[in-house]
Amino acid sequence: MSLIGNLFTSSIGRKFIMAITGLVLVGFVFGHLVGNLQIFLSPDHINGYAHFLQGLGPALWLVRLVLLATVALHIWAAVVLTLESRAARGPNDYGVKKWLHATWASRAMRWSGVIVFFFILYHLAHFTLGIADHENFKSNFNWTMQHDAKELGITLAKQGEGVHDVYSMIFIGFQNPIVSIFYIIATSLLSVHLLHGIESLFQTIGWRNGTWACCLRKAVTGLVVLYFLGNLIIPGAILTGIAEPAAGSAAALKAAGQSVTAPAAHN
Amino acid sequence: MVAETSKNISVTIRVWRQPATDQPGKFVDYPAKDLNPNMSLLEMLDVVNDQLERIGEDPIAFAHDCREGICGTCSLVIDGKPHGPHHGVASCQTYMRSFEDNSIITIEPFRAKPFPVIKDLISDRSAFDKIQQAGGFISIRTGSAQDANATPIPKEVADLAMDAAQCIGCGACVAACKNASAMLFVSAKVSQLGLLPQGQPERDTRVLNMVAKMDELGFGSCTNQYECSAACPKLISHDFIARMNRDYIAASFRSAFKPTPAAGSGGGA
Ligand code: HEM
Ligand code: SF4
Ligand code: FES
Repeated sequence: MSLIGNLFTSSIGRKFIMAITGLVLVGFVFGHLVGNLQIFLSPDHINGYAHFLQGLGPALWLVRLVLLATVALHIWAAVVLTLESRAARGPNDYGVKKWLHATWASRAMRWSGVIVFFFILYHLAHFTLGIADHENFKSNFNWTMQHDAKELGITLAKQGEGVHDVYSMIFIGFQNPIVSIFYIIATSLLSVHLLHGIESLFQTIGWRNGTWACCLRKAVTGLVVLYFLGNLIIPGAILTGIAEPAAGSAAALKAAGQSVTAPAAHN
Repeated sequence: MVAETSKNISVTIRVWRQPATDQPGKFVDYPAKDLNPNMSLLEMLDVVNDQLERIGEDPIAFAHDCREGICGTCSLVIDGKPHGPHHGVASCQTYMRSFEDNSIITIEPFRAKPFPVIKDLISDRSAFDKIQQAGGFISIRTGSAQDANATPIPKEVADLAMDAAQCIGCGACVAACKNASAMLFVSAKVSQLGLLPQGQPERDTRVLNMVAKMDELGFGSCTNQYECSAACPKLISHDFIARMNRDYIAASFRSAFKPTPAAGSGGGA
């Protein structure tokens, strides 16, 4: 029996893969949310941050590949285990079906996961690749840095530098109610997925017992509620007009009915 | 516990009838009239079978043995819950006073692909024996009787091992699980020995082999919804599943990274 064999072919090994990849993805989505919340600061922040990430070049691709592999493994394990478990149920269903203990979030795992998957595809097409809503893609808007953008002592972009206007892309994107509502629904489902997922992960790894199960559930619920609200507030505030685009940004020009000419693409 | 009641009741039982594994089954309704409410559900089935035999019909096949909740033979899904409405009680200890007068009681066999229905309400649970044979034992020379305190075991550890050892191997956990996962059973069997000093020598091979056998026999995998422990007549805790997961992953790593044995036969050259 080999380690790799156990991890990839046994039920517990695959569950372990799903838990570890789930944990990596949880780390990613929380970090991603914190980055996105910079939309409520001046455009320098999120644009400088995006410029810095773009400038990482090969390192950015490495992170992207790792994330892609993580999602692929997670989905692979979920699909394989689900199919096996379906087959294990046998030929005849129960005449009377009853749930004894399972939480509603746990019962929604499979379809919440599938919808989140389609959301990820759309999200990449929208904000990363610019296939959906290409006209308002970040590379079509330019932003001139008004100050140096610095984070943790690292200079993300220098004053006067021309960068892609991610800020405006997000604002214009979320001013469309259909886009906003879809984001809100999808991130709500991701929150439901995580409500069971994060707790479940502890059981799968073996770090859960009856003594601290109650605190674990409270901690997970608190974390997921924060995550949900953080994700709600971005499209929510933009759609309702509570947050207005900063003066001088392409989004503000567009809102004022002025034409936004696409600058020649740089880098 | 419900107080003893004296008013007789009548119910309709809706029973799964299936002549053999490879033949289709269906639900059939039978009246069960004027029953002493303090008779057990199995005794009610005995009464119905008596009537069926008298009119020349095939009696309802159901599994039972001790009828006192310790052998794990009885295996009925009653109104959608393995072992019936109560918590921590086997089918054989379910009494008619737990049901309403004139109600319909649906009775089905434990279902899962690795538990094929043999006939009516009896399913073949020998898959559990195969999992046990894969590692649910310790290999030691028993020799002559040892001193009782030769192997000191802290009370909490002994208690926990005894909690796991409560499992009567009935299969309700599999029957209740939406994935037909056997992890509650296997985790109990792995833990009852793995927690004790006598179980240490084979601890890693035990968990690796029993899980491998469980997978091979076609049981599903756990989605941490804990339907199993909610149906378990012995209230085995799903904490044992977390313990088994940890044990399995650790054993996989330990067996992968153990030092390579010395080449050759060793000894004096
Ligand atoms: C992309 C499509 C996705 C699908 C199809 C999917 C599906 C699943 C399924 C079926 C489970 C098993 C849950 C169970 O029954 O215990 C699961 C668990 C989990 N998922 Fe996902 N998921 C997806 C995306 C994500 C994402 C994006 C994250 C993180 C942000 C995530 C985090 C988790 C976690 C933490 C678990 C718990 C692992 C465990 O059971 O121990 N999933 N997922
Ligand atoms: S764990 Fe409980 S439900 Fe499962 S076989 Fe053992 S006694 Fe029956
Ligand atoms: S017949 Fe023995 S436990 Fe029910």
